[in-house]
Amino acid sequence: MTEQTPTWRETVAGVRTLRTRAPATLVPDVLAEVGIADGYASLPSPIGEVLVAFRRGPDGSDLVTMLSPAGDAAVFEHEHLARTGRPVRPVREAPAAVRRSVHAGRPVGIGFDLARQSPFERDVLRKAGEIPSGEVRSYAWVAREIGRPAAVRAVGSALGRNPVPLLIPCHRVVRSDGRIGQYAFGSPVKRAVLSAEGVDPDELELLARKAVRYIGSDTTNVFCLPTCHAARRIQPRHQVRFATATAAAAAGYRPCKRCRPVAAVVIA
Amino acid sequence: MDDDQTLTARLAADLDGAFEQFVRANADGVYSVALRLLGDAHEAEDVAQETFVRAYRSLARWPKERILELRPRPWLTRITLNLVRNRARVRRPHTQPLRDGTWVAPEAERPEVHAERVEATAAVTALLERLPERDRVAIVLKHVHGLGYPEVAEALGRPVGTVKAQVHRGLAKLREALGADDSKSGTMADNEVTR
Repeated sequence: MTEQTPTWRETVAGVRTLRTRAPATLVPDVLAEVGIADGYASLPSPIGEVLVAFRRGPDGSDLVTMLSPAGDAAVFEHEHLARTGRPVRPVREAPAAVRRSVHAGRPVGIGFDLARQSPFERDVLRKAGEIPSGEVRSYAWVAREIGRPAAVRAVGSALGRNPVPLLIPCHRVVRSDGRIGQYAFGSPVKRAVLSAEGVDPDELELLARKAVRYIGSDTTNVFCLPTCHAARRIQPRHQVRFATATAAAAAGYRPCKRCRPVAAVVIA
Repeated sequence: MDDDQTLTARLAADLDGAFEQFVRANADGVYSVALRLLGDAHEAEDVAQETFVRAYRSLARWPKERILELRPRPWLTRITLNLVRNRARVRRPHTQPLRDGTWVAPEAERPEVHAERVEATAAVTALLERLPERDRVAIVLKHVHGLGYPEVAEALGRPVGTVKAQVHRGLAKLREALGADDSKSGTMADNEVTR
């Protein structure tokens, strides 16, 4: 049989073996690219491998919809559907802006899809995004800054529901008593991320135990939150420590305009 | 044809809702054509992706009546062929042989069956590469993609009779070449469905 010329039918059958199944990522890649469905990929980040979901925004920009510690893909897909109302599928490659952002641990040319968050939650997350790297603020500070000073616990819940931890830096919000508090990736990871950004969590807790809430400079008579970049530039011999804003005000100090340690009303 | 009409009706009514099924229905065909004409799995995936993205953007712009008149498979194939041609031009065609043996095994396939298929595929791929471009493209569209002759003719912009002749001539050459090469015809025969 093998020495003979194949039949016509055998030849056609041979050609048909060249039909190939498309890679499993083709359909998700297409749907993510045109903006119908969300895609996700596993990417390296400063806190290790994470799963990141994204989609193309109506204006063509890349929106990150969810970020989780690397884990079970099925769980991630299920949670994405529950949280965003849209299915998500693994794609071959995340958009360049998403890869850059996750690698850097901060948003670089990306947006976030927070359509499912309440207006209050969006305010909280947006405010958290304003906290500079290397600094922390308290839940109470966020509550006051968004004009809801009594909603401290609600701020905590909103940050706990942050769909995009790391890129929306909820890790920069800590407890007023100086304790680091909870984190989607676990408290130790929160400490590690803060350390990597230049905040010393141990020092923060130590200060809080000593009832130091504010640090002032006796050359400028301005007082700051301890991690404010301005406060950290004060020479040790010019540092003045305060337990309360009232004490600082009584000593003739005004609040820093950059880190806004107390509400504007108190200043007057 | 009926399937095509149902599909275009759904695309016209709800593009975002129907597009995934449209992609799924055509993914293997479009990818296989790109793979067999370009010979590189990564490039083929790029071309297949770009084909569907372009298709979506056109459909999103078009009025309903135009989508309803569409014959989706020849239309998609034309997009794929244009993209393949653009790449081939950049890469200088005919100087680079097709990479052999690219074949993605379905999960359930036994390793030895897979190995046989890869061998057979490699043999046919190598011979197909030696055919004149016109015959090769016609064969790939007819028997790898699985288009009908009128669809192949539409995709290539050639008369149906011409396309039939090209497929026939190409297959005849392939058959002869496979017969001339004992080891390769052997693997092909093994792979053939029993008559």
